[in-house]
Amino acid sequence: MKFGVVIFPGSNCEHDCYYAIESVIGQTVEFIWHQDTSLKEFDAVILPGGFAYGDYLRTGALAKFSPVMKAVADFAGKGGLVFGICNGFQILTEAGLLPGALLRNVGLKYLCKFLYLRTETAGTPYTSLMTKGQLLRIPIGHGDGNFFADADTLKRIEDNGQVVFRYATARGQITPEANPNGSLNNIAGIVNQQRNVLGMMPHPDRSCEDLLGSADGKLIFESMVHALALSRP
Amino acid sequence: MKATVIVTLKPTVLDPQGMTIHRSLASLGLSDIADVRQGKIFHIRLKEGLSTERTREQVERLAKEVLTNPVIEEYRIIWGE
Repeated sequence: MKFGVVIFPGSNCEHDCYYAIESVIGQTVEFIWHQDTSLKEFDAVILPGGFAYGDYLRTGALAKFSPVMKAVADFAGKGGLVFGICNGFQILTEAGLLPGALLRNVGLKYLCKFLYLRTETAGTPYTSLMTKGQLLRIPIGHGDGNFFADADTLKRIEDNGQVVFRYATARGQITPEANPNGSLNNIAGIVNQQRNVLGMMPHPDRSCEDLLGSADGKLIFESMVHALALSRP
Repeated sequence: MKATVIVTLKPTVLDPQGMTIHRSLASLGLSDIADVRQGKIFHIRLKEGLSTERTREQVERLAKEVLTNPVIEEYRIIWGE
């Protein structure tokens, strides 16, 4: 499988993603400059974490005007896997490829720590190797990760099973205490209705090897490879 | 021609920054302030000689498509000069 990792001016996790894909899960990967306009050769595209355009105006707000985003929207429209991590998630919501928005953390602080995610929807291309309820230990690192959507949108994504990950306790309970940033319904990651676009605030790219404190993030990338292999004729 | 665009979070959206500012006011003795909402202000200057129609179209597109995220924010425009 061939993965692409988009670099915006201000991205800073592109090498983490590149390393995870090439060295940890052994797939082909290439960087994609934000001014590139073709994604034809890729099976999956990752929008990495960082501070694209310095987070000026709003997180992700200016990145959505990068030339590559038109290609990303076309790629997603044709069913290609598009995975936004942290700032990548913020960019996908700004670009309208995922519903909702990411507000400032309720405590206003930038948060950088390991926490637990509960897998809410198995069987998406990103959770194809997981079971519902499976706990993942994955770190966050963000100041604007407070997921918000209006009541109708929230109901729709909940009813459609588009909530893929929720912040949970170590025992898998969804409580206010487990919610680091004020996200509605403890939402940490969602997919679009077609399930080929995932955005999540936590960083699986920073938790792909035991040496880093957890290898649970690897499951997401491996699920993508598994799903891509199944979808091939 | 100038215009000012004011962008604020929708009333239904929680404003953690405004809340924090509000909470800190008690220690200043500003006990009559009931609420604080934080927003952004943009001062726009247009090129000379544009028609009113063109001016409105440009500023409204800027406010709507760039300065505001319609999921969480709303804007209003104050036309100057």
